[in-house]
Amino acid sequence: MTTEVVRLAHGGGGRLQAKLLDEVILPALGARALGAPDAAVLDTPGGRLAMTTDSFVVRPLFFPGGDIGRLAVHGTVNDLAMAGAHPLWLTLGLILEEGLPLDDLRRVLASVRAAADECGVRVVAGDTKVVEAGHGDEVYINTSGVGVVPDGICIDPAAVRPGDVLLASGDLGRHGVAILAAREHLGLEPAIPSDSASVAAAVAALLEAGVPVHALRDPTRGGAVAALQELADASGCRLVLDDAAIPVRDDVRGACEILGLDPLHSACEGRFLAAVPAGDGDRALAVLRSVPVATGAVAIGRAEPGEPAVIRRLATGVERRVILPAGEQLPRIC
Amino acid sequence: MKHLDEYRDPALILRQVEAIRGACTRRWTLMEVCGGQTHAILRHGLDELLSDSVELLHGPGCPVCVTPAETLDQAVLLTRRPEVMLCTFGDMLRVPGALGDLNAARAAGGDVRVIYSPLDAVALAREHPKREVVLLAVGFETTAPAAAIAVLQAEALGLTNLSLLVSHSLVPPAMEALLTDPDSRIQGFLAAGHVCTVEGAAAYQAIAERFHVPIVVTGFEPVDLLAGIHACVEQLDRGEARVENRYGRVARDDGNAAAQDAVWRVFQPVEREWRGMGRLPASGLGLRPEYAHFDALKRFDLSGTASEGDSPCIAGKVLRGLSRPTDCPAFGRECTPDTPLGAPMVSSEGACAAYLHYRGET
Repeated sequence: MTTEVVRLAHGGGGRLQAKLLDEVILPALGARALGAPDAAVLDTPGGRLAMTTDSFVVRPLFFPGGDIGRLAVHGTVNDLAMAGAHPLWLTLGLILEEGLPLDDLRRVLASVRAAADECGVRVVAGDTKVVEAGHGDEVYINTSGVGVVPDGICIDPAAVRPGDVLLASGDLGRHGVAILAAREHLGLEPAIPSDSASVAAAVAALLEAGVPVHALRDPTRGGAVAALQELADASGCRLVLDDAAIPVRDDVRGACEILGLDPLHSACEGRFLAAVPAGDGDRALAVLRSVPVATGAVAIGRAEPGEPAVIRRLATGVERRVILPAGEQLPRIC
Repeated sequence: MKHLDEYRDPALILRQVEAIRGACTRRWTLMEVCGGQTHAILRHGLDELLSDSVELLHGPGCPVCVTPAETLDQAVLLTRRPEVMLCTFGDMLRVPGALGDLNAARAAGGDVRVIYSPLDAVALAREHPKREVVLLAVGFETTAPAAAIAVLQAEALGLTNLSLLVSHSLVPPAMEALLTDPDSRIQGFLAAGHVCTVEGAAAYQAIAERFHVPIVVTGFEPVDLLAGIHACVEQLDRGEARVENRYGRVARDDGNAAAQDAVWRVFQPVEREWRGMGRLPASGLGLRPEYAHFDALKRFDLSGTASEGDSPCIAGKVLRGLSRPTDCPAFGRECTPDTPLGAPMVSSEGACAAYLHYRGET
């Protein structure tokens, strides 16, 4: 029996496209064909809306701890959460490469559905295109998301104030290392699982508890350093990290040592950083630790007055500046 | 994490720093040879902790930094041949030559592969029998054995589509050249522990005697580095100049015989151009005549490479320990990790990259 694969005609708008939609995509998402073919029409719950979009091109498609489908939901849901929004709706744009096994597509779509169900968001619109073999890399996904921001919430990178305590919702740098290890077949045993997860519940818990959160950032590409540098630049604060308090799993640390990477430059996909007033730090940590995705939350540093910069304070008392990586991370050679 | 945390223990580091301060009757000037040590020193702030008792000069021990522009240009020319698949280590992709860097060559359509081991090039040559796989082989004594084994494997497999553009360098001749320089301020050396795991500590004996400098074989973690520095300043205070191994947990005095055997079966010492230091006799490795058929320079016509143009970059002085990265007028201005003028700003072992990365100085 030959493997069923995606063909160019699956994106051609004809009978095969309708078949792909009706027999593969919609059932996998647990959705019925929507009444309006061109646009979803939605009732808003009132209040301000947050909207974001993100594209996913991860390779390999399936990796320890997740896959491109979960990532495409979590990434966009987390971006909404970073604005303090309660995520409601997603769109799903699929760009498929001719020759992709339909079973792989079903697997990805099942992940999209599972992740969306976990996050309580609905996929309300979608689109599928097929490109010739060799002109894509199996599956690219774009998701756009809309959420509603509760009244009175105003989360802004520029709102970090000297004295604020900086929190990390869990161990840092794991997703980037997990992907690198899977892609380069580093053969780490056991494999390092990606931290891919929605952090929306943790953010909601903080806001519902009334913690006056000043700023939130999810440390994706560029890692915690890129996220912190943005907070520093936007707020004009000097962010000083307590090196000994930075949470990094031993397997991630070990892989980074071998590869010559800094875990703080490596992406997370299920973590966020928060700046909260010093007096609210302990309460914020207690709230976060009660939510499954943030049980490993810790304080990692403090905002101080001074030049906007990210500083790592070593246990010996020495302060070292941390800067963004130049581009792709380079492994050491001797 | 075991085998890591105990060598980064802050309390122990601070005790070692105090012991070094107590052992110094004056401020000494030491050079750590290896770029890996330079990065560890800056990452852990040892330069700052020791600033009143020891000045640390940063040596030429970054293989990416000393690879001559001519070799990089030859590599770029190779990428313009449609049959060639050029393999090298990731750090080499951003080093500028006169013809640009390998990243640009890749963007222009060249087939450039980042590998983690020279043996990956052998595997690629087997997988792609119709392509010409060329390994841009750089590195010191530590990397040369793997390149040698790649050649021996290719020979045993009868591979005819693999060749090497060799730019391997040897550390002791560079140390001699540094000490011969009349401007040298080096009073003692921290020798790279990993080089000694291959070559052994004995290789340094002649240098220590001839130039009357202590040479302490030193590791790469803060506690190892401080132990090496402590031993070096103790020798200096006593007027001694010995080779001392303070990395005994890894480096043996006689090195790794199997690795040395592979290197000397395949390679022989040759004169080598060091970027920033000029041509140094017997400071590089070249393929022996019986393996000359693996030499990319013989297999391909690579004439037409240009020489280096004018640049404010003072990489040569930085590599010889005569200037600090921050002495360079271009440091952090025209020259950044995104727009490097010289290799020390590119490599994960380059001194300029270390200063910018850990001290954020401009």
